[in-house]
Amino acid sequence: MLEIKGINAYYGDLQALWGVSLHVNEGELVALIGPNGAGKTTTLRVITGLMKPASGSVQFQGQPLDRIAAHKIVELGISQVLEGGSVFTGMSVLENLELGAFVANARKVKDQSLKWVYEIFPRLEERKNQRAGTLSGGERQMLAIGRALMSKPKLLMLDEPSFGLAPILVQQMFEMIKEINRHGVTILLVEQNVRAALELASRAFVIENGRIVGQGTGDNLLSFESVRSAYLA
Amino acid sequence: MLQPIAQNLVFGILVGALYGLTAVGLALVFGVTKFLNVAHGELLMLGGYASFWLFSLWHVDPFLSLPLAIAALVVVGAVLYKLLFSRMVKLAEGAKIQNTLLVGFGLGLILQNLALRFWTADTRSITTAYSGAVWTILGVRLPVVRVASMGIAFVLIVALQLFLQRTYTGKALRATVENWEAATLMGIDIQRVYLLSFVMGAALAGVAGALVSVGYSIDPAMGMSWTLKSLVVMVLGGLGSFTGTFIGGLILGVTESATGYFLSLTYKEVVGLVLFLLVLIFRPQGLFGAKEG
Repeated sequence: MLEIKGINAYYGDLQALWGVSLHVNEGELVALIGPNGAGKTTTLRVITGLMKPASGSVQFQGQPLDRIAAHKIVELGISQVLEGGSVFTGMSVLENLELGAFVANARKVKDQSLKWVYEIFPRLEERKNQRAGTLSGGERQMLAIGRALMSKPKLLMLDEPSFGLAPILVQQMFEMIKEINRHGVTILLVEQNVRAALELASRAFVIENGRIVGQGTGDNLLSFESVRSAYLA
Repeated sequence: MLQPIAQNLVFGILVGALYGLTAVGLALVFGVTKFLNVAHGELLMLGGYASFWLFSLWHVDPFLSLPLAIAALVVVGAVLYKLLFSRMVKLAEGAKIQNTLLVGFGLGLILQNLALRFWTADTRSITTAYSGAVWTILGVRLPVVRVASMGIAFVLIVALQLFLQRTYTGKALRATVENWEAATLMGIDIQRVYLLSFVMGAALAGVAGALVSVGYSIDPAMGMSWTLKSLVVMVLGGLGSFTGTFIGGLILGVTESATGYFLSLTYKEVVGLVLFLLVLIFRPQGLFGAKEG
């Protein structure tokens, strides 16, 4: 479904990604794991067009994305939740969710989508008229994910959804992510919380210093000594 | 003793409403795009002349020609945006402010001199059949034209607020201000949002100019002083809300009037800049702005 090949990306003169390649098949839950600064977020930004790579290709459902403007990506069915959730704090929960359904196709089925999001995240329905700025960290993450779901994505990309959450919330969060995947949404999960990510994901890519250094199924990556020692210590 | 003070207060509020309207236009553009268009006053001047010529040549009533002034400024704003400002969208915030300041300054000079060349330096004003009409309440004189202008300014600002709060496009604008990347990921076209804000800001300046041409007077060099007043009002009101900006305009109007009455007319123009400095020193977020962090 999503295929990126040989991506080289720079921040000014600094090379951030070196020949990064990965692929996600329809219906999968794939993880991209790595330490801080490895290039996980940069990879996501290249996919959604917020950053243009110097070379390499990104293809979604066979269609190359390099000529498509960033704001058109969501129309193709790709939705990204940025690091830290980044909800619109000055607006209410409901307004945030409605903005998630900004594109025409999503707007038409807005009410249905809203119902589904409330089912997965009942807390959001309780707080629907509250200003997003007053929500707790966990609730903001839920809102950010709910908002991304409002655009009816085929592929949902999550950037560290567990960041800053208490362990029990992380557990709940990952349950909800599994649920979303069961509903047929393909997921690319970027995470620092390696253990949980590997248990969720059917497949994972390991990225370090801007290079993909390993890939495999969740279980056998856990058996890589380097993965264990670097991240699970 | 009381009448002159009350009269001054009223005149201050009436002109302050137009300061507020103009400043809201600039605040809208700056808030969304971070462009500091110091040719904003010249856009006001163009609106004034549009209204003036429609009246002088074709006898169109200045209040009825407001939609035409808006249309003219929408076109001018769109053209200026596409030609000049659209190239600066991708710059970092600091560079954006610097560059647009410089471009705005140059643009202002060009527009001023073109106006001077084509329309001469004569001060113009629109005098209609009802220009002299005055309501008198408790001994205070309220020129009808200026009261109507204040009413229009008020209505426009309320309409703007409703647009931002209640419509999808308005919310998209607010989302862009908060986080343009998240907004882009939702399908919001940032270029279009920027263009819309710029054009709306120009239109507000145009309306203010048209109202100035009938209630006061216009000339090619008026732009700079109105730009400065808008900047003062923006700082005074803070960047939190447009209502705050509007009230900031009223405060400036009243302060100028009071200074003119109690001190002397020569200090009227200076008091705005003194207020500006005081706010920056003692309350940099403005009277209605939120404190940083």
